[in-house]
Amino acid sequence: MANSEKTSGAGFLKNLVRNQCFIPVAALLLLAVFNLIADPSFFRITLGYNSAGNPVLSGFIIDIINNGSELAILAIGMTLVTAASGGQDISVGAAIAIAGSVVLRVLCGGNARPETLQAPIIVAFLVACVVAMLFGAFNGVLVAYFKIQPMIATLILYTAGRSIAAWINNNELPVISDPKFAYFGGFIPGIPIPTPCFIAIACMVVIGIVLKVTNLRLYTQAVGINQSSSKLNGLNPEMIKVLAFVILGLCVAVAGLIKVSRVSSINYSVIAKDIEMDAILAVALGGNALSGGKFNMASSIIGAFVIQCLTTTLYKFGVSSTALPAYKAVVVILLVVVSAPTVREYFNKITQKMKLSKEVA
Amino acid sequence: MKKKMAVLLTGAMVMATLAGCGGGEAAPAATEPAAEAPAAEEAPAAEEAPAAEEAPAEEEAPAEEAEAPAASGELITLGIINNDPNESGYRTANDADLKATFTEENGYSASFAYSMKNDEQIAAAQKFIQDGVDYLLLSAADTSGWDSVLTDAQDAGVQVILFDRTIDADESLYLASIVSDMDKEGETAVNWLADQGLETYNIIHLQGVMGSAAQEGRSGALQAKADAEANWNIVEQQTAEWNAENAQQIVQSVISSGKEFNVIYAENDDMAKGAVAALDAANISHGVGKDVIVMGFDCNKWALEELLAGNWNYDGQCNPFQASYIDDVIKNGAPAEKTIIMDEKGFDATTITQEDVDKYGI
Repeated sequence: MANSEKTSGAGFLKNLVRNQCFIPVAALLLLAVFNLIADPSFFRITLGYNSAGNPVLSGFIIDIINNGSELAILAIGMTLVTAASGGQDISVGAAIAIAGSVVLRVLCGGNARPETLQAPIIVAFLVACVVAMLFGAFNGVLVAYFKIQPMIATLILYTAGRSIAAWINNNELPVISDPKFAYFGGFIPGIPIPTPCFIAIACMVVIGIVLKVTNLRLYTQAVGINQSSSKLNGLNPEMIKVLAFVILGLCVAVAGLIKVSRVSSINYSVIAKDIEMDAILAVALGGNALSGGKFNMASSIIGAFVIQCLTTTLYKFGVSSTALPAYKAVVVILLVVVSAPTVREYFNKITQKMKLSKEVA
Repeated sequence: MKKKMAVLLTGAMVMATLAGCGGGEAAPAATEPAAEAPAAEEAPAAEEAPAAEEAPAEEEAPAEEAEAPAASGELITLGIINNDPNESGYRTANDADLKATFTEENGYSASFAYSMKNDEQIAAAQKFIQDGVDYLLLSAADTSGWDSVLTDAQDAGVQVILFDRTIDADESLYLASIVSDMDKEGETAVNWLADQGLETYNIIHLQGVMGSAAQEGRSGALQAKADAEANWNIVEQQTAEWNAENAQQIVQSVISSGKEFNVIYAENDDMAKGAVAALDAANISHGVGKDVIVMGFDCNKWALEELLAGNWNYDGQCNPFQASYIDDVIKNGAPAEKTIIMDEKGFDATTITQEDVDKYGI
């Protein structure tokens, strides 16, 4: 009796370790424990009021959830692109600049400093969605039909994107003064939780439902694992790849809206700078193979929050600005190596061997 | 249908890429598209320029002047090599200022070439020298690698004027160099801060991209002062890489950790804006006569408007208007001192006027 309980306990543990979410969750817990020991005030959440007199929650945990929202949203699209095409989209940051620029352009109607919004925010957002999805489709077509390496195909937009973004607004830097526009990156009056959290949760729910009720997961994985056999089974691999890039485009538009809303303005050269690297990193931290195939959406999203948690922790401890990237790199390398599929397989083999030798003994 | 769309999109993107990069290779053959592509891009920028800025001259469409220099007759021909105007608000203002000054009405025929890469800029310079321009105006992408091309210019009788950025070359190779003194910008700001007479200074220092000239100059002065004075403490010193969101995150984190501060020293306007967003969310008052002093740099128009409204306290100028200095050098000959440091102001929220905003906002 006791014996069987023990084995089931071990089995549970093994399943836990084998679960793809294990590494990012463990990393998150590790960071949490580290912060708990170093300074428990890390977990303090206080309810205060902002300068407009509305209740807001503040604290490091809120900062992490708030600032990690865009990255989590991007991780959704990046996971699909990675799984379907076996490559990554490095134009995400530039595409965010374009989407953000489109939002501002529609809201301003060509005038850099409008007194009132020239169009409803929802219209601006929808236009940005369409534009971002078109650019996503462009990347997808290059990858799927012209068979260009995803990193090379998206290099085009990576190079040109920020210039295009500047050009959309005639090189001006529009500033939106309407407080309503700031809701998306800040707080809605009366609700103390930052809006980006809600937007991120909405995106997660939507992708969760889509993966549940449609065949998107199956098709994407089939294309990623073996393109020609998926074709023989009646799938259209090109279409699936383009679709993945279009979905990433949609994620980009949502992230772009949050980004421009945070500061009610845009700076083409620095907005969402290097975010593509963080998004790819989130996918890798989630233990997904960067060469495509099977994927786990939840662990990518958790990976995104691990990155944000790390950034916030480093800010909190005031790591000197010159050393910051180095610290980040060390932690990231450790995490990525540990969560790499090959390393996990290796460990699985070892544990199996140990089990075998035990049984023999 | 789908395929057609794909082809169309591809075509559009390839063109956009060409315009964006300003012509790929460094080979001399590539310089012609390099010079032409920006000319095509100039059109929209030029149209909005007079509307956006109170440009001194009202002339329209300077893009037309990017014609063959041969047709210009007695006009002074200029070859202007600049960084990409999309780079920043500073560069946009700089480019618009040059275009507004070097017009045919003022006796100039100017051709423009844009690139943020040194080899492309050098190729453009060689083309301008072959065209036999009278003056070559240069804002170099990198400080090194210019000796041979400047020697060529000297041999061909082309006068070189550097603006905005200096290069590592012998002074004899150029006529004048018109630059900003970043150290002085920092000192002006720090002196202003010292004049505020606070009992203690607890400063959040938001730095630009580490190692850039602007970051080094603006950080240096503050660091020196903080080291020298007992009541000046730098509570937090981080690079936000000129980025508003990073600045917002850093300041949020300082607020969450409960550290006391009463000054935000941001090395550009964007970062100051991000910091202010974090202050607003935490209901910390800022601006004239409030709890926290907010300082920025670059004098963006929207930033000066914040000053005018009393939400910020100080903004240091980084002067992008070199055209009048260049004009002066060309019309009145070489200055005694080759390096000309431009006048740069620091604006105080208590004394700034609407005129300042219109005149100095970029």
